[in-house]
Amino acid sequence: MPRQDPRPAAVDAPMDPDVDLSVPAERGGLTRGQGGVLAAVSVGGAIGASARYAASLHWPVAPGGFPWATLAVNAVGCALIGVLMVLVTEVWTPHRLVRPFLGTGVLGGFTTFSTYTVDIERLLSGGYARTGLAYLALTLLAAVAAVWGAVRVTRRLTRRLTEGRGR
Amino acid sequence: MNWLLVVAGALIGAPLRYLTDRAVQARQGTAFPWGTLTVNVVGCLILGVVTGAVAAGAASPHTQLLLGTGLCGALTTYSTFSYETLRLAEEGAGFSAVANAVGSVAAGLGAAFVGVAVAEALWL
Repeated sequence: MPRQDPRPAAVDAPMDPDVDLSVPAERGGLTRGQGGVLAAVSVGGAIGASARYAASLHWPVAPGGFPWATLAVNAVGCALIGVLMVLVTEVWTPHRLVRPFLGTGVLGGFTTFSTYTVDIERLLSGGYARTGLAYLALTLLAAVAAVWGAVRVTRRLTRRLTEGRGR
Repeated sequence: MNWLLVVAGALIGAPLRYLTDRAVQARQGTAFPWGTLTVNVVGCLILGVVTGAVAAGAASPHTQLLLGTGLCGALTTYSTFSYETLRLAEEGAGFSAVANAVGSVAAGLGAAFVGVAVAEALWL
């Protein structure tokens, strides 16, 4: 059956915690009560970025080397957002700042798209085409597999929990 | 000092992603995550310029930490990108999911190349 709303409600969920911006009447949320959300996103982002920086210091990459630290950070962040989104959209309704803080802030600050593409650019321009292309493909595959696997496993575990509770 | 630069950049970059995403999505009636695509491509462009400037000796490693690791790192996101791709696939929008994955990587990589080229043209 065709959907009436062309925009699936949950697609923009991680960025859009309280308001559906495709509904004109709800766009007032863009300016209303944003201070707390912005602070939560900001502090969360600083925590996530610091953790990513720590990982890059712990596992430095030689010029032309494979950027394992960034790949690991991005794959772990994708798995964690899968867990988080199942918990906050399907299992319980948390405080309104939990999703902006953990999802948009910590995990958004932890994972990075810009370092990923500029690392590929550096590798390709530096004559390490094979490493660059392998890194490009492996990161994308790892990220999609991580978020997909995390969502499935979390759904299965929480379903068992809620069923157990119902008995 | 280095840590403070990363933290300061991220304190600005993360809310900038949030606000940009909302501003872009508010103008869209579609399910396609244009907001995340926008911040990711803009972040790749900025990081390309910063990396090119540092490589050319026109910017310090401190600039790299503040604007690169901190600001661009927090402005861009791989977790939301992959989650939104999965959501599109789960909603049955398989073509949009693949278009988002391939398009984001291609546009981000293109922006990174342009950014580095601009920096080299300016400072090399």
